Amino acid sequence: MMTPSEIVELLKQHDAASVVSAVADGPYPHVVLKPEKLVAAAGFLKTEPRLQFDLLRCISAIDWPARNIVEVAYDLISTSFGHAFAVKVELDRADPQVESVGGIWPAAQWHEREAFDLMGVMFLHHPDLRRILMPEDWPGHPLRKDYQDVVEYGGLKFNP
Amino acid sequence: MKEIELQCQPDLLYDGEIPSDVRTEELMLNMGPQHPSTHGVLRVVLQTDGELVLKATPYIGYLHRCAEKIAEKVTYRQFTPYTDRLDYLAAMNNNLGFALAVEKLGGIEVPPRADYLRVIFAELNRIGSHLMATGSYGLDMGAFTPLVYCFREREWIMDLFESASGARLTYSYITIGGVREDLPDGWVQRCREFLDYFEPKITEYNNLLSYNHIFINRTGNVGVCPADLAVAYGGTGPCLRGSGLAWDLRKATPYCRYNEFDFDIPVGRGQNGAVGDCWDRYFVRILEMVQSVRIVRQALDKLTDGPVQTKVPRIVKLPAGEVYYEVENPRGQLGFHLVSDGGTSAYRLKIRGPSFCNLSVLPVLAPNCLLADISALLGSIDIVMGEVDR
Repeated sequence: MMTPSEIVELLKQHDAASVVSAVADGPYPHVVLKPEKLVAAAGFLKTEPRLQFDLLRCISAIDWPARNIVEVAYDLISTSFGHAFAVKVELDRADPQVESVGGIWPAAQWHEREAFDLMGVMFLHHPDLRRILMPEDWPGHPLRKDYQDVVEYGGLKFNP
Repeated sequence: MKEIELQCQPDLLYDGEIPSDVRTEELMLNMGPQHPSTHGVLRVVLQTDGELVLKATPYIGYLHRCAEKIAEKVTYRQFTPYTDRLDYLAAMNNNLGFALAVEKLGGIEVPPRADYLRVIFAELNRIGSHLMATGSYGLDMGAFTPLVYCFREREWIMDLFESASGARLTYSYITIGGVREDLPDGWVQRCREFLDYFEPKITEYNNLLSYNHIFINRTGNVGVCPADLAVAYGGTGPCLRGSGLAWDLRKATPYCRYNEFDFDIPVGRGQNGAVGDCWDRYFVRILEMVQSVRIVRQALDKLTDGPVQTKVPRIVKLPAGEVYYEVENPRGQLGFHLVSDGGTSAYRLKIRGPSFCNLSVLPVLAPNCLLADISALLGSIDIVMGEVDR
């Protein structure tokens, strides 16, 4: 079992250029990675014998209009050691794009579809990037902070 | 590839000439969204070749109620009733997960009595939820009677919950800072009576359903999910432990004083087929009920006097920051990714439903199953659509 600061240290040893910032204490220890380095770092987190983050628990997308970014957070845990950690990427809000990690953790596929559906994040090289919870022809991405409520859909009018 | 043997009498075999216009083709079959064995509004599009399933594509979202969007509009306390409606068969466990996430971010401590009460109610709800899973799985496999027996015992649990919280399905009993109210008089005694009554009944379910030959033939060696596949697709709970991996958050990262209790993690052993088949996933639930009874007994013994909640303002304000908190629900790990900007409601709340991840392995397990095995597979994954769609 490794502490968050040891995990951050290992990641920096692996590729110091990929780490933008790191938070090793507090309720949510995580690192922010460069989006283009995400897949390489994810492969390292899964295969490194001292880490073995084999269970991708969750992918959350968070919209920050004030900072003009969309964050995507990947929550990981290792079933061999029981240590948990999180990885984040910060994407341009106007055109959020990041490589899919579905090749490393297949669990990511549905979470990425959900982040695409509700937050509009494009996951490149995803095998099947479709909406998952909302109808195919739904306008907009409902969890964006500037989302305008739909007043009419499929001939139905909604009251405000 | 599973081979289907047609056992025909020799004299019944057609030995004439086969007409030239007979053609076979693959058939698309729509299962759900209204289908008794999809346990809610799930739609699975099946590509079949005769009785054999080639491809299964689940379509979800029919029960999407925008729970995550609602969380951004209401205060933390007001969101607790919405968590009841995620996995409506395990409302206590959902309340617990959300309360723990808020408490972790807010640095709120709960008194010991509240911790033990939380464990008691979470484990009783686990038994209730597994009873529902067991009974309805029997129903899926064509055995009606076990459902009636399971509901008989579940009724007792619901009566216990009703006398403590006032509700029978959506409790909102475990709230931020503890539990809502202390127990009514005589509750502990009635709970002990229930445990004494319930424990021998588990043998009854085994005799009735678990070791029933027809049931074993329907579920053994069907939908085999190896442990590495389950982990790769984010499978947790009985779906992972049925595959033989002893992974349980109550042991791995204990919360609510679970480290004080003595219990085992049951895993699938492949007694009636391969490790990780439908029967293993089913039987892990039976064994977990035994462990839950053990935990509740210990928690009742440890139950100390004292307050059941800490003083938390009616409108909770959390410091800016974020947390990801997971608890072990009957169906797997329920996670809350809570982001606060210092206000009175969540800036963003992402809910990781265990059924959502467990269901995502279906397109991998379904190919080469028989059409009738799809309901065996779905029932053993034990999904609740309220949590898949949120």
